[in-house]
Amino acid sequence: MRLIADLFLVVGAAFTLFGAIGLIRMPDVYNRIQAGTKAVTLGSLCLLIGIALLYPAWWSKLLVIGVLILITNPLGSSTIARALLKAGVKPWSKASVSQPGEADR
Amino acid sequence: MTTKSIQQPEPGFVHGLFLYLLVFTLWMLLVGNLDTAEMAAGVVVALIVTLASRPHLSILAGLIISPSALLPLLRYLGTFIVALVQANLDMARRVLSPSLPLQPAVVEVETKLKSSLGRLILANSITLTPGTLTVDVQDQVLLVHWVDAPPGSDRVSTTKAITSKFEQHLKGFVL
Repeated sequence: MRLIADLFLVVGAAFTLFGAIGLIRMPDVYNRIQAGTKAVTLGSLCLLIGIALLYPAWWSKLLVIGVLILITNPLGSSTIARALLKAGVKPWSKASVSQPGEADR
Repeated sequence: MTTKSIQQPEPGFVHGLFLYLLVFTLWMLLVGNLDTAEMAAGVVVALIVTLASRPHLSILAGLIISPSALLPLLRYLGTFIVALVQANLDMARRVLSPSLPLQPAVVEVETKLKSSLGRLILANSITLTPGTLTVDVQDQVLLVHWVDAPPGSDRVSTTKAITSKFEQHLKGFVL
């Protein structure tokens, strides 16, 4: 049990690390949101599962935390992305280096 | 997430009951034991919360509450978890590969879901699935930022690629 819990904790930490690397490497804000949202959501869920295996008595509160993360994380990301689009931030695209505005509406 | 110009279904008594049970379950999960006094307090608190939030109950009106909705819900959850893991592996692969393979574009997808709750769940699912991020919802059309958009894709093909796998299960339990 201890081993499985540790495995979940390591996987969760790894996904969170990938998310952080994504934040640095991605070319524009929309891609950064993508990397951040997905990696951190699954990363924190894995961490929660790991903790639940280590401390089974906490399962109910960990479940509530997990569900709230699942609902609010994508919602927050979408809202940030929407605000950026309304503020006129153009998405980066490979084509836009030579011909801007091809991909957006 | 604008919902004007679309007709919203009216929430019924079952939706109120559903919210009550949801709040009560949340209370019990937070309390973390089956103590009788805590349960009694939960019954009262959940009732107060349900009554107080009645003006905002319309968000739940899109929910189909019937035994036949259970199977689509479970199927949807299965699809969603698989997609979430895929999304992370996909994102890890992109982030770690030296060439940073990206072909981002903002594309439009259409949804047949009518209720705001259905669109909310769909938009959230899209955000958490491989390479896509919901940017805006305008009535039937969702704006999606896609890191790997195939060149020359139109609305029909993007809709098929992004939403169809969720929508086929979602329409079983939301309007």
